Amino acid sequence: MSETHWIILGGAILTYLTRAGGHLVLSRFDRLHPRVAAALDAVPAAVLTTLVAPAAASAGPPELGALAVAGLVFMRFGLLISFLAGAVALALFRTVLG
Amino acid sequence: MASPAAPSGAISLSNPGLAAGMRTSLPVIVAVLPFGLLYGALAAQQGLSPFDAALMSATIFGGASQMVGIELFGKQISPWWIVLSIFAVNFRHVLYSATLGRRIRHWPAGQKALGFFFLTDAQFAEAERLAEAGKPVGFAWYMGLSLPIYLTWVAESYLGAAFGKLIGDTHAIGIDFLLPIYFLGLVMEFHKRPLWLPVVAASAAASILAYWTVGSPWHVSLGALAGVALAAAMPPKPITSEPPVGGDVP
Repeated sequence: MSETHWIILGGAILTYLTRAGGHLVLSRFDRLHPRVAAALDAVPAAVLTTLVAPAAASAGPPELGALAVAGLVFMRFGLLISFLAGAVALALFRTVLG
Repeated sequence: MASPAAPSGAISLSNPGLAAGMRTSLPVIVAVLPFGLLYGALAAQQGLSPFDAALMSATIFGGASQMVGIELFGKQISPWWIVLSIFAVNFRHVLYSATLGRRIRHWPAGQKALGFFFLTDAQFAEAERLAEAGKPVGFAWYMGLSLPIYLTWVAESYLGAAFGKLIGDTHAIGIDFLLPIYFLGLVMEFHKRPLWLPVVAASAAASILAYWTVGSPWHVSLGALAGVALAAAMPPKPITSEPPVGGDVP
């Protein structure tokens, strides 16, 4: 095995541990404290936000415009249409403004 | 047992099943499509063969961490540091795993072990949406969602590495910013959850601050911890809201 393969193998094992680990730890407890349950309920918004906010904070007008379009379209049409509208808006804004 | 026809451990076909999962995978595949090709092309630039690029996708199955990993390939960086970087990018999955675990308690251990391998951002978000709609997260549905995404991701990695030079100006068509747009939609999907706005605000502020000070990829874990800690610190409320019924995509 080359060094590349060792890196891939190591990355794969550690990644799997993150995906199974959270459950393995929590499943040792029979009952969840209400605060733990509240924390888990917040996980989707908390983590997914970190995948958007820094990118938006360091983005230019075309990207921010595309996010605004996607956000507005979401209110009315939901996830898929909002994503497509944001993608079209981004290509458009970058062509016009970039 | 009265019914010998029902084999134990068979995939439960409870509603929603395999087909519903596969339908749910479609927008995810559209959003992820450019990235598989882009990843493959970048991997080839860093000297990975198409086979190795696809191998990395098949075993790690985490786009952002793979991008960071190949970024470090070929530089004078210790292999251990590359592995650690991949781990750091993927550390958020610990939270996904703990949260999803509540939804799949009824799965046999083998199904859980397999299911966690496929636990990426999209799978997690879609499973939480399904649970929020008051529906069971079944193994068949989950695999119907995961396998098309997985196979597309692996195949594209190979194709991107083999034909990457054919990809044109990725900036002009906006490939580099498609995922934030998609993730914004996913964030908004959870706007009915308690404390949604304070959690989003705390995570946004903390992740931006961490991005500027500590640097990537730690801003993901630090930002997420801020939002989760806020939710844990607020006074717990009894659950009174009834789950919305039916499909929530207008």
